[in-house]
Amino acid sequence: MIVGDSKPLEEILEMIEGKDKVLVLGCRGCVTVCNVGGEKEVGILATALRIARKKRGLPTSIEERTLERQCDPEYIEELAEAAEGYDAIVSIACGVGPQFVAERFPKVRVFPGINTTFIGGALEHGVWSERCQSCGNCLVHNFGGLCPIARCSKSLMNGPCGGSANKKCEISPEVDCVWHLIVEKMAEMGRLEELERVWPVKNWITSRDGGPRRRVREDLKQ
Amino acid sequence: MKAGSNLEKVLAAGHFAVTGELGPPRGNNAEEVRHKAHYLKGIVDSVNITDNQTAVVRMASWAACKILIDEGLEPNYQMVCRDRNRIALMSDILGATALGIKNVLCLSGDHQRFGDHPEGKNVYDLDSVQLISIFKKMRDEGKFLNDKELDGAPGIFIGAAANPFADPFTWRAVRMGKKIAAGADFIQTQCIYNLPKFREFMKMAVDRGLHEKCAILAGITPLKSVGMAKYMAKFVPGMDVPEELVKRLQGVDKKAQGDEGIKIAIEMIQEIRETIPGVAGVHVMAIEWEHRAKEIVEGAGLLPRPVVD
Amino acid sequence: MRLQYPSNIKVIQLPCSGRVDILHLLKAFEDGADGVYVAGCKEGDCHFLTGNFKARRKVNYVKQVLAALGIEPERIEMFNMSSAEGPRFAQVAREFTQTIQELGPSPVKTAQAA
Repeated sequence: MIVGDSKPLEEILEMIEGKDKVLVLGCRGCVTVCNVGGEKEVGILATALRIARKKRGLPTSIEERTLERQCDPEYIEELAEAAEGYDAIVSIACGVGPQFVAERFPKVRVFPGINTTFIGGALEHGVWSERCQSCGNCLVHNFGGLCPIARCSKSLMNGPCGGSANKKCEISPEVDCVWHLIVEKMAEMGRLEELERVWPVKNWITSRDGGPRRRVREDLKQ
Repeated sequence: MKAGSNLEKVLAAGHFAVTGELGPPRGNNAEEVRHKAHYLKGIVDSVNITDNQTAVVRMASWAACKILIDEGLEPNYQMVCRDRNRIALMSDILGATALGIKNVLCLSGDHQRFGDHPEGKNVYDLDSVQLISIFKKMRDEGKFLNDKELDGAPGIFIGAAANPFADPFTWRAVRMGKKIAAGADFIQTQCIYNLPKFREFMKMAVDRGLHEKCAILAGITPLKSVGMAKYMAKFVPGMDVPEELVKRLQGVDKKAQGDEGIKIAIEMIQEIRETIPGVAGVHVMAIEWEHRAKEIVEGAGLLPRPVVD
Repeated sequence: MRLQYPSNIKVIQLPCSGRVDILHLLKAFEDGADGVYVAGCKEGDCHFLTGNFKARRKVNYVKQVLAALGIEPERIEMFNMSSAEGPRFAQVAREFTQTIQELGPSPVKTAQAA
């Protein structure tokens, strides 16, 4: 899923300063699963914003709504009638949400209420870890099912570097050295020799480096 | 000869090579480079010029290399993959060799989160192994990575680093082997303090025949004080400073700790040279202590340096 | 045993303190409560094992929200006590009321009145 973090309340308050009628807009997709932008978080954020407004004796028209997804125009369309009645919409979907909403309703100020952080998974309730950098050319099967591109701080394809100590990355004792894990895993699988190959340079054209990406499926297009 | 550098010639003639290291200043103080260089002249066969080491901004490595050439020393141009993509790395090696630089050391580079601009974006288009292979291709085939012909191929003696003390230990010699397979002509190791472990590493390397394909230089950094030893042990990732070395330094008067550190370095060089098979030389990294490099090299009986034509 | 505790405290009963929600706590402040506290079982005594620990974490979260809104985080607390400790319940009620009285009315309420 796409994992995000709430923006600091102070930052959101600054965004909506002077905007009387505000909609906090959630998404039932990834951000619901990672507990940052679903219906419940919409309620919490909207309530906090109302408290802040009340505290200053300001109008408290902070409304709540959660769409099925914010990355599909058909769901954004559900806002068609209401959108322009708001002075601001705070989207707490991933970075796609505020862009789709802003594109559809150009007259309304749209703000991002969360910071989109990474593509990852839950290690346990309340803990997520980055697992994919969407490089556009998946190679994890060559590395024991572990991604050196997303999980090595230097994206080394021929690691581990000299900074690997006690299974941890040189950047922080909080970060696993994925190359240590790769070597261990491949050894367990009896495939260590495969790692002796000198991996050639990666073609980054399928990654963000090749420019913004777009995908067209002729079989699905209407 | 691949590059015809002094380092390459010394090694080819079978001499026990000695390389040094010089960190460029955090400014454009060319005089500082010349000042440090004169301590190393005639003491080492070539001098590594670090490339923004520990991700702290310093004078460009190639520029400091050029200053050394002008002073009559031979530089080893260190290049890290952190700050440049393939375009810049290939371009820089062309420029560097055009200025007379003949040795290059290919590194991944310390992550910028250590450095003085931790908020920067890194590159890591390539890793050090891939960088070695590209430079080899440019030199041997006269071609860029994309197979297009070069207008003038760089004659370079290609170096790489190995850290015998990083984890996982048993993979370390294998990874060094990958660098050699990719085209490394010489290897310089991380600072050695744990000799038994280095011995074990070299045994794995020799068992794989790596010492026959490539010159392996053992890294030596004199410990200036107990504080430095403790700092290295605790805060430098992948550094192994055994407790007994710290104790040995603690056993002497504070003012004499530096001398003791130099003595330890000399003993290590001698022991490595005499008892560890497969080592072709030493890389003496007297960091911010260039003026004492001579004592170490001389003490180890490695002066005068051979002159090879 | 008839113990006195301040009459301004409105008790909301839950099956377990773990059932309390961040939103419940915030709503109370939105609706003008001057202070809110969660009375949970003693640590280690939760019938559902970790309900009271979860409640404490939620209370801490709300403390952060209040701080970000410029409201004293001391207006929300978590207390642990057993159901057999009537006197402690009354004592906590008195002490917390005292704390809140010292802090004065919630700024949410005073701004509305002004």
